[in-house]
Amino acid sequence: MYTVVIHEPEGGGSLKVRVDEDMCDLHAQCVFAAPEVFRLNDAGELEYETEVSDDLADKLRSAQSLCPAAAIELLP
Amino acid sequence: MRDDVVIVGASLAGLRTAEALRRGGFAGRISVIGDEPHMPYDRPPLSKEVLTGERGHEECALPTAEGLDVEWLLGRRATALDIGRRTVRTDGGDVRFGKLVIATGVRPRTLPLFDTGADNVFTLRSLDDAVTLRTELERRPKVLIVGAGFIGVEVASSAAKLGCEVTLVSPDPPVAPAGPDASQVCRRLLADGGCVLHEGRVIRGLGGGRTPDVATLDDGTKVPFDIAVVAVGAAPNTEWLVGSGLDVENGVRCDASLTAAGAEDIVAAGDVARWPNALFGTEPMRIEHWANAVEHGAAAARTLLEGPTAHTSVPSFWSDHFGIRLQAIGLPRLGDRTELLDGDVAEGRFAQAFYAGDRLVGAVTYGMPRAIARCRARLARPEPAEETVGA
Repeated sequence: MYTVVIHEPEGGGSLKVRVDEDMCDLHAQCVFAAPEVFRLNDAGELEYETEVSDDLADKLRSAQSLCPAAAIELLP
Repeated sequence: MRDDVVIVGASLAGLRTAEALRRGGFAGRISVIGDEPHMPYDRPPLSKEVLTGERGHEECALPTAEGLDVEWLLGRRATALDIGRRTVRTDGGDVRFGKLVIATGVRPRTLPLFDTGADNVFTLRSLDDAVTLRTELERRPKVLIVGAGFIGVEVASSAAKLGCEVTLVSPDPPVAPAGPDASQVCRRLLADGGCVLHEGRVIRGLGGGRTPDVATLDDGTKVPFDIAVVAVGAAPNTEWLVGSGLDVENGVRCDASLTAAGAEDIVAAGDVARWPNALFGTEPMRIEHWANAVEHGAAAARTLLEGPTAHTSVPSFWSDHFGIRLQAIGLPRLGDRTELLDGDVAEGRFAQAFYAGDRLVGAVTYGMPRAIARCRARLARPEPAEETVGA
């Protein structure tokens, strides 16, 4: 529904993040829960990192469970 | 923790608690008691896509993770709690617990004037309510909506979209908790959507007998209708706890860790829990928002697994109606002044911050999600911040 912009990692990470852009409804709950990974850009699009470090695992799970559209997938 | 966990309430908060217990390594038995026959489902679509028929009711199931390993006791209503015997009484027999999670949610408030047993008077909370109301709306009836809160306005939007003639009657401005500017935008959305709003009015009488068909307002206006939807807020489901020893005045009174006051091994989560949220002072609050149920689930599980841990939360909420989204975070009602962050109220798209004195206490946007994300981080800080919210 909304354009989702992804950022390929520079240093790499161990958790893979994927947002289904057909399901994303831009509630921005993920932006609240894990601002290190998700943000809204000036165009109002969701931007996110595709690979992040394990340190952020709890925040990512919180973002995932807080997504009203269940659009966030986390892969080890 | 080795004790068996019983969760009373098979909706979002109960499900998220079970998930968080498993994620935290709990390997014992988890039983979930639910008075509805359904597996956990998502409620926000019920007043929107389910009513308009854009989403089938069977598409509202909440995903349950593989390996959740929960015993679902569905179609069973909890009737009493015996803390001494660690037993939940249900209409299908007793259930013993080691630790208890109370997640029984809320139900729609009713009005003495409206007999919810009448054939054409409805409330909306459950999946079955939504399916019943959708069937009614397919006949394109004249709809009277009592209340202009978020549910009332969403039902108005859905019914208008289906071509129904819609009239709302409310003593308060529409979407009042979001503040006067949001009310102003909402008034115009309702009018542009073809809905008639009688604001500042109450219903004094109904005509038509057992199947009422006309409402008389306090200014004498008569509103004819085929069906009425009563949407005047919700009340916590705590009757089954009366006499248990728990404080159930306006929800289950909890401490900061969501432990029920005065009880060990009993926590509450979601709409039914009233707890002191340290971000907003010491007065216990109850929050009936989707995200609150998710956060409480995680927090209640943490308290059970790791011992009492204080939980704080920035409330966040949304409502979709007439093709636009209203979002609110924090507690705008605590504000005594507002600051426009973006957009223009007159154009129907805006973002504004709410302050109590110098302190940011909330933010509201109509159609501008990005601005609200900027306010979120500042609201999560308990101390007053000095800078303004700027871009």
